[in-house]
Amino acid sequence: MRRVSEHRRRHRGGVALKPFRYERAYDERAAIATLAATPGAKFLGGGTNLVDLMRLGVETPDLLVDVRRLASDRIDETDAGGLRIGAGVRNSDLAADARVRTRYPALAEALLAGASGQLRNLATTGGNLLQRTRCAYFQDVTTPCNKRDPGTGCPARDGEHRNLAIIGHSEHCVATHPSDMAVALVAFEAIVRVVGLGGGREIPLVDFHRLPGDTPQRDTVLERDELIVAVDVPALTVAVNSTYRKVRERASFAFALVSVAAALDVVDGEIRDVRIAFGGLAHKPWRAHVAEAALRGSAADTDAFRRAADAELAQAEPLRDNGYKVELARNTLVRTLQELAE
Amino acid sequence: MAELATVTLLINREEHSLELDTRTSLLDLLREHLGLTGAKKGCDHGQCGACTVLIDGRRANACLALAVAHDGAEIVTIEGLAQNGSLHPLQAAFVEHDAFQCGYCTPGQICSAIGMLGEFDAGWPSHVSHDITAPNLDAQEIRERMSGNICRCGAYPNIVAAIEEVSR
Repeated sequence: MRRVSEHRRRHRGGVALKPFRYERAYDERAAIATLAATPGAKFLGGGTNLVDLMRLGVETPDLLVDVRRLASDRIDETDAGGLRIGAGVRNSDLAADARVRTRYPALAEALLAGASGQLRNLATTGGNLLQRTRCAYFQDVTTPCNKRDPGTGCPARDGEHRNLAIIGHSEHCVATHPSDMAVALVAFEAIVRVVGLGGGREIPLVDFHRLPGDTPQRDTVLERDELIVAVDVPALTVAVNSTYRKVRERASFAFALVSVAAALDVVDGEIRDVRIAFGGLAHKPWRAHVAEAALRGSAADTDAFRRAADAELAQAEPLRDNGYKVELARNTLVRTLQELAE
Repeated sequence: MAELATVTLLINREEHSLELDTRTSLLDLLREHLGLTGAKKGCDHGQCGACTVLIDGRRANACLALAVAHDGAEIVTIEGLAQNGSLHPLQAAFVEHDAFQCGYCTPGQICSAIGMLGEFDAGWPSHVSHDITAPNLDAQEIRERMSGNICRCGAYPNIVAAIEEVSR
């Protein structure tokens, strides 16, 4: 029953949280400087993942720098016609925003498909991107895990990996990224705005999360002292006709086995523009460039959708027990595109 | 060595100022420091919803909220719902519809339902809204929006009926 999330094993003997100092940040530079100067420090946002991981003993910070009141909770129009989402915008507010619902429906749908109403009220945009994998071995400190404890090995590779990666995994890690929101944002070519000691930079979200390679302990390209301040979603006409489809083990409040964010623009039966990203398949939200290339300019029919899905998934390398994800991903993409083409 | 911090919260319209270990969750503050044992510790991981309270009017899992991070917030728990000896309409509806068996999840269910109805009134959509720009609250919507609250007795049909009645 351990794989049923609500039956997850209680911490043995009631392991207490390690003591930590707490500082509330009101100044970006000071927060970044504190983090850079304190090896055991971590930023705290809504806390829905970090506090849980602290309770599991996976995260053991000495200092929490609370950036929730520092981070912007605004969603603003950009000069280029897109939206700038403050890192502190809560998942529930982002999903409810009228501009998001009408201009980027797949983003609203992805957010609403994730977690529960209570968690979405706490969770932030920046924190959502930085949430850790729900691989059972990562969350269980009594087992080895290269992501949690580099060099100890990956028991998932030959163990319980039914829900784990089929694309881009390595011998060191087969974890998946759990975010729904990030899948839609990758499809919409969002940009992550970060600031660090050396100043600010913009990172395309598709390059923000990493493949595990031989350093699975690093989920993202973010440096330790860098803070996410906003996520920019560009103006994107095709996004108006978009949706998010999530396949999971129960109807609500569960992580994706496979999910698809897709946007489709069809003119006279021909695909003029398309954006596709998969969730649940890899260590990062998977932008389906191969499928998109196959579809641009082609007929908007089921045969074309199937060919495009097969072309993308030709690179899949399923593990012993998750081969079902290849067919599931294929069928989920085909059904999603059919719905958008109707 | 425990690290201490002073936290001031408005809980059920009463101000409380406490010196706390920074590790204290809002749930432990309520239950262990103030004796407000209505909010329950089910999973302590944000998965069961038994600890649901309203933080600044929004439903949230008190087990994952560090008390120190919510300094200055207004908290409403199940103990704060009845006014002048009258049950909140949702409390009354849960009694009327027999919307529980053991009752352990009930405070969380009721606080969650209050937050959920507020979200619906604000026009928020859900995962099952046919039109995410104009949601309509039916039984399916209630089930989806309440999926963060587990009832191990399986009282769901009556929970949905109680909430449906109040939402009309």
